[in-house]
Amino acid sequence: MTNLRTFGRFWYDFIIGDDWRLALGVTVSIGVVFAVTREVADWWWLLPLAVAALLAVSVNDATRPRRR
Amino acid sequence: MTNQVLLVVASFLACAVEMIEALTIVLAVGVTRGWRSALIGTGTALAAPAVVVAALGPALAVLPIDSLRLFVGGILLIFGLQWLRKAILRSSGFKALHDEDAIFAEEQRAARAAAREGSGIDWYTFTVSFKGVFLEGLEVAFIVATFGGAQHDVAPAAIGAMAAAVVVLLVGLAVHRPLSRVPENTMKYAVGVMLTTFGIFWAGEGAGVAWPGSDASLVGLLVYVLGTSAVLVWMLRRRHARVELAGAPA
Repeated sequence: MTNLRTFGRFWYDFIIGDDWRLALGVTVSIGVVFAVTREVADWWWLLPLAVAALLAVSVNDATRPRRR
Repeated sequence: MTNQVLLVVASFLACAVEMIEALTIVLAVGVTRGWRSALIGTGTALAAPAVVVAALGPALAVLPIDSLRLFVGGILLIFGLQWLRKAILRSSGFKALHDEDAIFAEEQRAARAAAREGSGIDWYTFTVSFKGVFLEGLEVAFIVATFGGAQHDVAPAAIGAMAAAVVVLLVGLAVHRPLSRVPENTMKYAVGVMLTTFGIFWAGEGAGVAWPGSDASLVGLLVYVLGTSAVLVWMLRRRHARVELAGAPA
């Protein structure tokens, strides 16, 4: 069980890493593009835009000076 | 053609970075405690990623390409953003740079401190070498399998990975020291940019997007990701300078 947990932890750290919101944001963005592209229009621009926004929010939070 | 070249380059850089990390660990225990057990541990560990790629490569090639690209693109995008995030934080001074010399020294200190048993195989050396090569090797296998899966052709990624293995091994054998002169942090930055670019491209294709300019859009995406990250590095460097200034003694 411990080995299984260690193995799972390795893959979580490897793929998800320090900020799980990036993974969630990417999943939601891909889901929206998938749905919209099939039903409404070719929103090819959404993923690049989402990536820039997610990255900006993540590094901004990681480097914002903490108030004491 | 451009895609294939970019794929080989991305695979080469990503795998070289992982292999440099594994080499540092093996060199540290090998130099400190002897090469026999270090090389047996390395050889045993190398079998695992080879099996993963050999098993996953053909299996991924028979799955429907759109579903595969959607899944693999998503995973690569998450993975690539994580690399890019760390690279941006390192480049702007908010995260310590990866230092192979420091890691080598720490591994050597631990190797000297560990007890020795008998005259047979040195299990400490075997285990440390095995673990280092196995974990870094799994990451290489993951990169090759995902790149190969998304292209329905494992060859370009495998060529990049094998070239990286040969180069890192030859240079490691020649210098017999950790490869601290290699611009590893710049390489990690480049890998983050490339993984994110391929992730956006493949996830988009898998989701049904028709990229403007078709395959040529990959170059445009590469420039876009590079530009976005450069702007973030620039902004964070300014913030870092302000933080340093505020923290400096009057």
